[in-house]
Amino acid sequence: MEKVYELINVYKTYKNDGVEFTALKDISLEIKEGEIFGIIGMSGAGKSTLVRTLNRLEEVSSGVVNFYGRNLAFLKPSELRKVRHSISMIFQGFNLVNQRTVIQNVEQSLKIIGMPRAQRREKALQMLEVVGLLDKKNQFPARLSGGQKQRVAIARALAVDPKVLLCDEATSALDPKITGEILDLLKKINEERGLTIVIITHEMSVVEKICDRVAIIDDGNLAEIGEVKEVFSNPKSKAAKKLVFPSNPFDPSAGEGKIVRLVFDGTQSNVPFIANLVEETGFKVNILSANTRSVGGIGYGQMIVELPSDETDAATVINFFEKGGLSVTEVEQ
Amino acid sequence: MSDYIRDAILTGIWETFQMTFFASLFSYIVGLPLGVILYSTSKGRLLQNRVVNFVIGLIVNITRSLPFLILLVLLIPFTRFLVGSSIGTTAAIVPLTIGAIPIVARMVESSLNEVNPGIIEAATSMGASPVYTIIHFIIPEAMPSLLQGGAINVATVLGYSAMAGVIGGGGLGAIALQYGYYRYQKDVLWTTVALLVIMVMLIQELGIRISKKHRKT
Repeated sequence: MEKVYELINVYKTYKNDGVEFTALKDISLEIKEGEIFGIIGMSGAGKSTLVRTLNRLEEVSSGVVNFYGRNLAFLKPSELRKVRHSISMIFQGFNLVNQRTVIQNVEQSLKIIGMPRAQRREKALQMLEVVGLLDKKNQFPARLSGGQKQRVAIARALAVDPKVLLCDEATSALDPKITGEILDLLKKINEERGLTIVIITHEMSVVEKICDRVAIIDDGNLAEIGEVKEVFSNPKSKAAKKLVFPSNPFDPSAGEGKIVRLVFDGTQSNVPFIANLVEETGFKVNILSANTRSVGGIGYGQMIVELPSDETDAATVINFFEKGGLSVTEVEQ
Repeated sequence: MSDYIRDAILTGIWETFQMTFFASLFSYIVGLPLGVILYSTSKGRLLQNRVVNFVIGLIVNITRSLPFLILLVLLIPFTRFLVGSSIGTTAAIVPLTIGAIPIVARMVESSLNEVNPGIIEAATSMGASPVYTIIHFIIPEAMPSLLQGGAINVATVLGYSAMAGVIGGGGLGAIALQYGYYRYQKDVLWTTVALLVIMVMLIQELGIRISKKHRKT
């Protein structure tokens, strides 16, 4: 598969009142054509800076950002503007022009690429149909809900038939239901048009729902990168564990036993593991938290349990789960 | 009030209207681009340029801090050079315009500053050039605020036009001064004051209405 982006040793340093601040430290990664690539991190981790290096809204301090093999830093202003026509972006705050109607907003991106008026209108109507807002075409943004505004922004972004769509916290201002609808729309567009999508978010649920691969950014560093399934079931870095593990599990009863996280996918869902454990080994575990999640369309269950405090007993329990094909990771406290 | 005074007042209204209209128009022709330049060359904006911003900012600040009455007197030679005379309605338009330009420029700058920076980022990400972004994104988005500022500016020019009476400019201000002040005709004084107040209120109301009609948020 062709590489859309290739980042090599990217650094970004800001100077604020004489104080240096490094927002990105030695980031190297690739984004492939047609994938939905997630970039996740806590706020202030540098992910918004990272996405802005992808269309050169931010200049890198050192390192290379290649877009289809072209180093963005070498482009002249006019060339850069042309390249930006194939890199669209949507934002957390939607950033529509409030004094223009919905259809005028969609037409803006087409006007910039110099499409004649009649064609522009037709294309804008077509895009509004894709996002399901044809009936709102003459409304002003102020009359729309957050989800509808983001749909207009998506129509505006996609009208120019870009190669990539960058989403900067595009669903963070929306409630969970609307977030789901917007993500479904993005997924649909990704599948129908083969559009490469880069999603910046601080919510693991967004990554789990639609991303193929994910990069975890922690304090400006690339902490971990890989298939979402892999990172979800077997997180290696501390930052990844923090994002994947359910927050605030109950305090363990005695506080003595080891705490582990069990992950099982849909294929093991018909096996009653905890009951079997008690029957076969006679040991009991204390369930602190349990839930199921859908990662890339596959159902995953995860459970945080406290093991018996005796080390050999705990090892027997872990052994029992691992034999059953569950992934077992210790949770640091 | 005798007939000739009534005629004088009618002429005064017309002259005041002329002065206000043309001075406002000319001050916007110069002040609007100046305001756009002040905005776009300031720190962190699309066409950031410290030298241009500093020089224009300095000129604007100096002209703006001169009391208008002093400006009127200072500009007499310039006015005479430009329109051939330093008295009358046409002559008064010159200092009025010059006095209003810096006010317009700052007002425009402050209106543009209100525009959400996200919109500028969106335009840039779409591949719009800085000038395109200013014309097609920033100014349209700032339009309601620009119109509201416009109404305030026109009302200010109207107020200044009354002062032009001191150096022989026409209009209601001159009448108030000649009949009301020098001849102690209180009725004329109060009539012109009332007329000026009404004119300012009309302009304000009109401005607010137009601005409201444009404001879609």
